[in-house]
Amino acid sequence: MPETIPQDSVGLVQPQTLHVDQPLELECGRVLPSYDLVYETYGTLNADASNAVLICHALSGHHHAAGYHSADDPRPGWWDSCIGPGKPIDTDRFFVVCPNNLGGCHGSSGPGSQNPETGQLWGPDFPMMTVKDWVKSQAQLADALGIQRWAAVVGGSLGGMQALQWSMDFPDRLANAVVIAAAPKLSAQNIAFNEVARQSILTDPNFHGGRYYLHDTYPRQGLILARMVGHITYLSDDAMRMKFGRDLRSGRFHFGFDVEFQVESYLRHQGETFSRNFDANTYLLMTKALDYFDPARECDGTLEDALADTRCNFLVMSFNSDWRFSPERSREIVNALVQVGRNVSYAEIDTPKGHDAFLLPIPEYRKLFGAYMGRVAEATSNA
Amino acid sequence: MRDDLALISRWIPTGARVLDLGCGDGDLLAHLQDDRQVNGYGLEIDQDNIAACFAKGVNVIEQDLDKGLGNFQSDRFDYVVMTQALQAVLRPDSILDEMLRVGREAIITFPNFGHWRVRSYLGFKGRMPVSSALPYEWYDTPNIHLCTVKDFEAHCRERDIRIIERQVVNRHHRSGRLTRAWPNLFGEIAIYRVTL
Repeated sequence: MPETIPQDSVGLVQPQTLHVDQPLELECGRVLPSYDLVYETYGTLNADASNAVLICHALSGHHHAAGYHSADDPRPGWWDSCIGPGKPIDTDRFFVVCPNNLGGCHGSSGPGSQNPETGQLWGPDFPMMTVKDWVKSQAQLADALGIQRWAAVVGGSLGGMQALQWSMDFPDRLANAVVIAAAPKLSAQNIAFNEVARQSILTDPNFHGGRYYLHDTYPRQGLILARMVGHITYLSDDAMRMKFGRDLRSGRFHFGFDVEFQVESYLRHQGETFSRNFDANTYLLMTKALDYFDPARECDGTLEDALADTRCNFLVMSFNSDWRFSPERSREIVNALVQVGRNVSYAEIDTPKGHDAFLLPIPEYRKLFGAYMGRVAEATSNA
Repeated sequence: MRDDLALISRWIPTGARVLDLGCGDGDLLAHLQDDRQVNGYGLEIDQDNIAACFAKGVNVIEQDLDKGLGNFQSDRFDYVVMTQALQAVLRPDSILDEMLRVGREAIITFPNFGHWRVRSYLGFKGRMPVSSALPYEWYDTPNIHLCTVKDFEAHCRERDIRIIERQVVNRHHRSGRLTRAWPNLFGEIAIYRVTL
């Protein structure tokens, strides 16, 4: 944590856990008999519970979206740039809820937690989760918190897909869906990158069919590779050029395979940090959830058909240098929503930062996001 | 609200589906939403304007008119509105065709380059006209396809576009005897409602 907590931070926060004893029927056909959801909240729920905002996290995210866990915390939550007093998701006005998704590795039930039926760790036997399943579990959390209707469900990337899924599965339970840097489904190229990441984990000798816990090891190298390839797709060519160029660590070539270029050093560092903090089975599961997301297929029709029964207002935002989920993909969502007559707004932020831009404090982005959320807050207090 | 927007809003009935090309800060749509319960969308590229639309609760989509309206299906809208932007697009003829493809009717306003003051500016001074309606120099003007009332009507005839209603007004958005008798000479702003 910095010397003093910044004025615009939510400050020290503590995760909470909801235990759900109600079985969760999953899209894959299996049933999760009971489960834990770990989550954080920021701000205060108003008397009629109309100011609640749900934050859905992305592939490697978790429940710690803003603030600090302790005085020694080196970094705030992953979306601290957008959540806090006076920030786009203003915690002086909203009650913000951010859960860790099922299948995750930060406290919610997942491959690394205990199967209540066997007393063993789930490991690779944890059921495959989909975006639809997550949304269903998040609705259970809403019930437990006494939130009948979210003022907004907000997410970037895979989180944006959850916001979109909310609008289709629980049309009366949200007033706004904010879908940032997302897509209506993955392209073949997207799936291909995910498959490279998965193969690097699956073929790591330390993977042991996902039961690496029993061998007191984990597929470190596989996770590093998976994260390295993922990370390349989160940045843009320009962003990498600006950040690293062809800079050499020691200023000269060594004619070997050790780290020479700064970009190599950076990727290895990112991969190593990630491999220490993330579970391989979770990574496999989350990338599959991304691959499976396809609301049009689910309703056996077009995206317009899938969105036909939505009721909420939509804000869609994209970033012009994002090639992982390019602006064209966001516009597909916008066009479908216009076609079915839904209230929808769209902005494309000019930045060289690539897909990761949705996490960054980019002034234009924050201004537009804040303007929209300000309107959401007004509608809430007038309701 | 701008006077020309007030004029236009009178032409749009309750519950209409409206697309506003170059919607600015969303004044027209906000008014139509509150007053006429329209289902409306604005297209805009300026992000300050987009933020203003967000704050008003107006649907706005960041989109460059010069890239066309190909993302909207035919006959999706009742009215497609474009105020003071026809002269600033790359191909006014294509955008007009597109407006009439996605909408049943198009409402268009533009500054009349045939106004006597513009004519005399060029005629007597021999320089490109600069006025309150056209405040730019020749080198920095966004108005790259200026036309006159006669030009526009000739184009409509060529393309079989039917003019349903025309209002040619002075700079105070009033029409008088002169603007009615000699619109191309005394009108400063032309407002048309057209269809195929």
